[in-house]
Amino acid sequence: MEELFFKSAEDLLQMLAKKSLSSVELTQIFLKRIKAVDPKIQAFLSLDEERSLQQAKASDERRAKGKLLGLLDGIPVGMKDVIAEKGQPLTCASKILEHYISPYDATVTESLYRSGAILMGRLNLDEFAMGSSTENSAYQKTHNPWNLAYIPGGSSGGSAAAVCAGEVPLALGSDTGGSIRQPAACCGIAGLKPTYGLVSRYGLSALASSLDQIGPFARNVTDLGLLLQVIAGYDERDSTSCNAEIPNYNQLLKKQQPCRIGIPKEYFSEGIDLEVRQAIENVIKFYEKNGYSTVDISLPHTHYAIPVYHVIMMAEASSNLARFDGIRYSHRSPKATNATDIYFKSRGESFGSEVKRRIILGTYVLSSNHLEAYYVRAQKVRTRICEDFAKAFETVDVILSPTTPTTAFKLGEKINDPLQMYLSDICTVSVNLSGLPALSIPCGFSKAGLPIGLQFIGKAFHESELMSIAYLFEKAHDFALRFPSIT
Amino acid sequence: MTAEHINIDHIAMLCRIAISDEERRTLPKQIDTMLAHIQQLEEVDIRDVKPTLHTLEISNVLRSDKPGENFSVETALMNAPEQKNNQITVPRIVE
Repeated sequence: MEELFFKSAEDLLQMLAKKSLSSVELTQIFLKRIKAVDPKIQAFLSLDEERSLQQAKASDERRAKGKLLGLLDGIPVGMKDVIAEKGQPLTCASKILEHYISPYDATVTESLYRSGAILMGRLNLDEFAMGSSTENSAYQKTHNPWNLAYIPGGSSGGSAAAVCAGEVPLALGSDTGGSIRQPAACCGIAGLKPTYGLVSRYGLSALASSLDQIGPFARNVTDLGLLLQVIAGYDERDSTSCNAEIPNYNQLLKKQQPCRIGIPKEYFSEGIDLEVRQAIENVIKFYEKNGYSTVDISLPHTHYAIPVYHVIMMAEASSNLARFDGIRYSHRSPKATNATDIYFKSRGESFGSEVKRRIILGTYVLSSNHLEAYYVRAQKVRTRICEDFAKAFETVDVILSPTTPTTAFKLGEKINDPLQMYLSDICTVSVNLSGLPALSIPCGFSKAGLPIGLQFIGKAFHESELMSIAYLFEKAHDFALRFPSIT
Repeated sequence: MTAEHINIDHIAMLCRIAISDEERRTLPKQIDTMLAHIQQLEEVDIRDVKPTLHTLEISNVLRSDKPGENFSVETALMNAPEQKNNQITVPRIVE
């Protein structure tokens, strides 16, 4: 029998509805699972069992009275430790926020409460979401549940590993350059980066404000739709929130009509593994067999996406992280003797090396002598990248590619080579630069038993199209029903 | 441009980060590698191209002009590293 902790949120909701299981029982099952496997996986930075069980009890009481709150009533959800939950830690996996407690809820947290979801705890990440392996956390390294010697991806590695290992059925992450899709691919689960502006960023600790988006992790596409439905929507507190019409995602899931799929040649060139290429070629054949037409397209500026991304991300990060000054909140160095000293020592002592490197480079590219040569130039090449997509979408409806050029790499393999680590984002960063939606689902396994990710990129606010096209593949294969054997 | 031209202490001063002797040694090389990578952008024709700051075509977003809820003093100070008399304490700045 399939273990309950590997069931989809959709299945669990049906069990709750039939009253074959209570939310308290369900929450206890997941807490037990976390206790059993998390010492090996290291996905959670903190738990608040009492609170989760209280929320579950309240959900059961609502159900008994027939007064359910929303779509996820009684379902446990994990939270990347970069999204505010009032009264809970918000470390961003950094020492600088070691003792910080959120004084307010992020908008997505409020949305989860309104849906009746049970908040299970805070999930590990690369410090301030800077990384692709979750090895940059100041607290612990998260392991890939398929093979503990490998990285779970990053920066939302805790969220992806927790869903993969059956510690939660759903989790939220954030994606600035691939931080949802890449770990989803590494862990063999579904992850979606929504269109910029679809989900409020209020209460998300900012890495790069023009690129960041919060999005869902789940076992399958239907569950992605459930969680996206809960968190999408306009928010006055985020000035970049978009007042777009929110469709009923899961109602549209089975309504996909065969359409034109673009295959960008540039996503199959730089350092792609043979096994990944073969898996994606099988996917292409699958869609062709199902009546879809595939079109070879070119996104000619793809090669420049990583350097553009790094200039913009580091510039925005250096500005955003200036708020951690040791004055109003965050770590204050006990060694500081005067006010300026507080800034220097508090930041110097408690930011990790990757964070320092990015702030320093970001400061450099924004300094008056170099602004035009780096930052403004990068913003102009960003326009070229956006134009590439606009042109491609004149002839195709969606774009298909691998999510990552390789499967997960080994812990420690790239940690001392930042540039190599950055290059693992080659298939994902352009999407953030262009503000488009994209998702990743598993589409195969390597001979070494590691998952391979398939990415669909869509037109702005066409999430439902992405999910329905992915749903077709998912239903015809068993990749969403394979689980790691960790106990 | 290479790291030899970069005054790492000056940049660290601009962003108010104390760096260790080891970082003073290792950072310039890492920055050099990154800048060399970024240098590729010079190959792209950007004549008459407008910069993209944001992908959404929205501007001048203002919230409605009505008072909302604010933090209590206690909440606002709950994460302050040092406080006294409902105020955040800092070292003396003006002598």
